[in-house]
Amino acid sequence: MSVTKSEFRQRIAAGIADERVIRAVHQATLHKVDAAAEALAELSDREGLRELAAQIKQHLLENLPEYLEQFVRACERRGTRVHFAADAQAACEIICAIAHGSGSELAVKAKSMATEEIRLNDALQAAGVRTIETDLGEFIVQIDHDRPSHIVTPIIHKDRRQIAQALVRETGCDYTEDPEELTAIARDYLRDIFRRCDLGITGANFAVAESGTICICTNEGNGRMSTTRPRVHVALVGIEKLVPRLRDLPVFLKLLARSSTGQPLTVYTTLITGPKRPSDRDGPEQLHVVLLDNGRSEILGGPFTEVLRCIRCGACLNACPVFRNIGGHAYGSVYPGPIGSLATPLLSGINEHAELPRASTLCGACQAACPVKIDLPGLLVKLRAQTRARQPLGKRLGMNVWKRLMQSPALFGWGQRVLRWMLPGGDDGWISSGFGPAGAWTKVRDLPRPPERTFRERWREGLDDEG
Amino acid sequence: MKVALFVTCLTDSFYPRVGEAVVRVLRHFGCKVEFPTEQTCCGQPAFNSGFHDQAAAVARRMLRVFEPYETVVTPSASCAGMVKHHFAELLGDDAQERAAAERLAARTHEFATFVTNKLGVEIGKHLEFAEPITFHYPCRARGIYSLEELSSWLAGADAVDLRTPRQAELCCGFGGGFAVEYPEISGAMLGDKLDELVSTGAKLVICNEGGCALNMSGGAHRRGIPLRFKHLAECLAESLGLMEPEA
Repeated sequence: MSVTKSEFRQRIAAGIADERVIRAVHQATLHKVDAAAEALAELSDREGLRELAAQIKQHLLENLPEYLEQFVRACERRGTRVHFAADAQAACEIICAIAHGSGSELAVKAKSMATEEIRLNDALQAAGVRTIETDLGEFIVQIDHDRPSHIVTPIIHKDRRQIAQALVRETGCDYTEDPEELTAIARDYLRDIFRRCDLGITGANFAVAESGTICICTNEGNGRMSTTRPRVHVALVGIEKLVPRLRDLPVFLKLLARSSTGQPLTVYTTLITGPKRPSDRDGPEQLHVVLLDNGRSEILGGPFTEVLRCIRCGACLNACPVFRNIGGHAYGSVYPGPIGSLATPLLSGINEHAELPRASTLCGACQAACPVKIDLPGLLVKLRAQTRARQPLGKRLGMNVWKRLMQSPALFGWGQRVLRWMLPGGDDGWISSGFGPAGAWTKVRDLPRPPERTFRERWREGLDDEG
Repeated sequence: MKVALFVTCLTDSFYPRVGEAVVRVLRHFGCKVEFPTEQTCCGQPAFNSGFHDQAAAVARRMLRVFEPYETVVTPSASCAGMVKHHFAELLGDDAQERAAAERLAARTHEFATFVTNKLGVEIGKHLEFAEPITFHYPCRARGIYSLEELSSWLAGADAVDLRTPRQAELCCGFGGGFAVEYPEISGAMLGDKLDELVSTGAKLVICNEGGCALNMSGGAHRRGIPLRFKHLAECLAESLGLMEPEA
């Protein structure tokens, strides 16, 4: 084990130490777990729907090139301009060029994990385009110069006081901790921005291949404001966000909000097909869809393909007892939680993020909560296997010693005796300190002294004959 | 019925009483129990850790050791799951080994499911508890037995005061190597789990997984919490008068 703690371990320690945040995260995630369970129980065939959703996405992924072509053709028929971005930099360049081309100076953004992934706000700022987050949570994150810590609830780590302080600082309003008043202050502030903005940027929850439709699920109405008020709308869409047909949408809509927040549907479900037509009263003059790869096609077709089924509902984060105890920032990535421990190494480099998949008990709460049935624990193990060579020397040697022990009952029995000798225990028969693995174990709990007789010894000493 | 006991490395080393209870209960219900002394481990620690070559070597050995036995019973759902859900994939490169792995998977049973489904015993009818009980649903039991099954075995006991924790499926934070690789996270999860158990008011926790028991009992001892942990097999053996209640 290296002497210096990795950045990941430092972030974990910092996360666990922040009791206020951990308390907030516990409260919020446990509430969501309950709400989701209740909402999912309303479905007549929850398991059937999950299976169907998983199969639709799997089918989509296995035929992605065809569906992408279909999507592009459908978009072009309706006057939507489609761009392909191979990576984050290309996507940022495309979107900045659209902003410049349309003379945009003030952009509004609906909540989008894809734009977080490519750090679009930084790119737009550098390009001289002022960009305002209009989802309340993301807005608070932005004015507090923070980072989201949850893919659905970006300020799950903040309490009322911090939100109030951020709003006072940004808007100069009178201090209040009343949620309704705080919301009204943010609303007024954002209304003014909406009046003046000239570029709307969104992600997409789904993109329908057959019709070229973008589907955006929001709860605050900011998604609609961001896509109707500005002259130009840009949607950044991961290539895995496609679904084949319009009639596939309800399968996912039924599961998404229920799994995510326990709502039967999000408050707003916006379907956008093409820019404003001459007969339309509102809508953008230009609609651009930027299809983002950024590592996704590398995953496609390999053992981790099903990771791309993810619909970003956040249910696995809410269900995860690790997430609950370290918070989203500890993951050091746009995508925290169990899905992040897969997506981050797969999208941004397995070797740089080799620790993430190991920080899990593989308890399976994530898999049980996943609306598209991603085998998260199984895939975490597969990722661990790919990075085993990067494990500390002691661990790798230890595994080979273990293998030798376990291949010989005599050696194994000897190992058991050595263990008993090495762990004499205190007066009460418990071990409270040690070195190596015993040291790590006893950091947070005691270890019972191995009993005087192992089972195999008891068997030899008479249990065998009793039968 | 002839049954081979796969006691598991952890139960063998730390919880021999659980192995003994399994033997006595199985004998009580008419089984002839054999213990293949060549057995060691199923390979799960290395498998979960991503060291699949080492895991495969140990798994291959387990296949050979248990090949002659018609029925294999183990007190651990976690280890049963390793054999039933992961052996075939782990050893899948060789068609013969894969077939052997699939055969062993079909012949391997977790103790409580074996007693219930193969011996046709209603576990609850044979259980007695002198005090309120609560339980831990081991995460690794997913796919072996459900929370509802575990709960129904216990609820079947006569006049039992069964206290179900609010988050009955909450992980205890063990996770094998995870417990020593990330002790801080493991400890925080353990704290949550112990809070859940304590809030039931019961002092006796039915816990059928050695790893979880090692973790939770160690956590309770460190924190001075008077919780006791017992495997269902021990409860059965005691209720049936096959073993003296633990001091």
